[in-house]
Amino acid sequence: MQYNMANRKTSKSRVSSDKYSVLLPTYNERENLPLIVWLLVKYFGESGYDYEIIVIDDRSPDGTLEVAEQLQNIYGADKIILRPREKKLGLGTAYIHGIKHATGNFVIIMDADLSHHPKFIPEFIQKQREGGFDLVSGTRYSGDGGVYGWDLRRKLISRGANFLTQVLLRPGASDLTGSFRLYKKEVLGQLVKKCVSKGYVFQMEMIVRARQLGYSIGEVPITFVDRVYGESKLGGNEIVSFLKGLLTLFATT
Amino acid sequence: MTKLLEWLLGISVVMSTWGLLTFDLLDLKLPPVYKEVAWPMPVYLLVVFGCYSLATVGYRVATFNDCNEASQELQAQIKEAKKDLQKKGLKF
Ligand SMILES: Nc1nc2c(ncn2[C@@H]2O[C@H](COP(=O)(O)OP(=O)(O)OP(=O)(O)O)[C@@H](O)[C@H]2O)c(=O)[nH]1
Ligand SMILES: [Mg+2]
Repeated sequence: MQYNMANRKTSKSRVSSDKYSVLLPTYNERENLPLIVWLLVKYFGESGYDYEIIVIDDRSPDGTLEVAEQLQNIYGADKIILRPREKKLGLGTAYIHGIKHATGNFVIIMDADLSHHPKFIPEFIQKQREGGFDLVSGTRYSGDGGVYGWDLRRKLISRGANFLTQVLLRPGASDLTGSFRLYKKEVLGQLVKKCVSKGYVFQMEMIVRARQLGYSIGEVPITFVDRVYGESKLGGNEIVSFLKGLLTLFATT
Repeated sequence: MTKLLEWLLGISVVMSTWGLLTFDLLDLKLPPVYKEVAWPMPVYLLVVFGCYSLATVGYRVATFNDCNEASQELQAQIKEAKKDLQKKGLKF
């Protein structure tokens, strides 16, 4: 509460021309999309920053796009922008596709499955402004950050993988596989062009390359709540592909 | 330089120092105590690093925050959102 008050003050006293484009890639998120959009509207409304929400749906069979159209009618075509694609083409290209249509000077990427809570966005923005960072990354691994709905096994794998990555790559960021981040638009454009990995490793590569290119990174602790609705799209060979990706980055960056 | 090369460089520096001291490769006539200390050093370092890793990961797993309030807050907001969206005419 206190936080919002402080925020409102700064946004009033400093007339800012910053605009934040939120990229929401969706695949079968019919149940989650209205909720995440509602939360985004709520927190952007309260903090007063200029924003737009770009939904990139890959022709989800569950009819996510139809719900997105309804949301556009409710909240307006200037706030909810639909940039669907013909078929499922993966997350990496969804971001490239989204950036092309983003009109903000900052881009926020997050999952549409409610794992990432929009309440942290004003904190991301403040952090970015404080330090002039090129990118601000949410982190589950430091400060008040954390997770909900993870058993011991998953925590162990997550912490172990993170430790291994820290030792091998020394990336200068505590959460490499998270995908809740704020970028300066041109920085994201540069990075996406350079990154070739898929899945988890894509997020990791983004931050490793960011460091390599000399971009500054800020961090904000976030809570990660496992998806409530819908199915997880990542299969059982997660760990194998993670290790492969890690070794690739180890040898090439 | 890639991280792989950095590692290889680091490891070769350590290993050549080790060889130098253990086998007195440069014929420096080092006192034997050098050799005694250096000889088991690589294994010591590995063991220490292994213990450090286990302790660190163990500690971090044990202190990984469980965000129960975050989940409860979200659940409440989901209810509120659904009600409000229905009022605004959204058909789920
Ligand atoms: N447009 C598009 N979006 C995708 C695609 N794959 C995943 N997404 C979306 O990307 C976000 C992250 O995907 P998730 O399936 O949640 O992946 P995850 O968070 O690693 O795993 P879970 O939360 O366990 O399912 C979600 O909003 C998905 O709907 C894709 O091929 N195209
Ligand atoms: Mg998810």
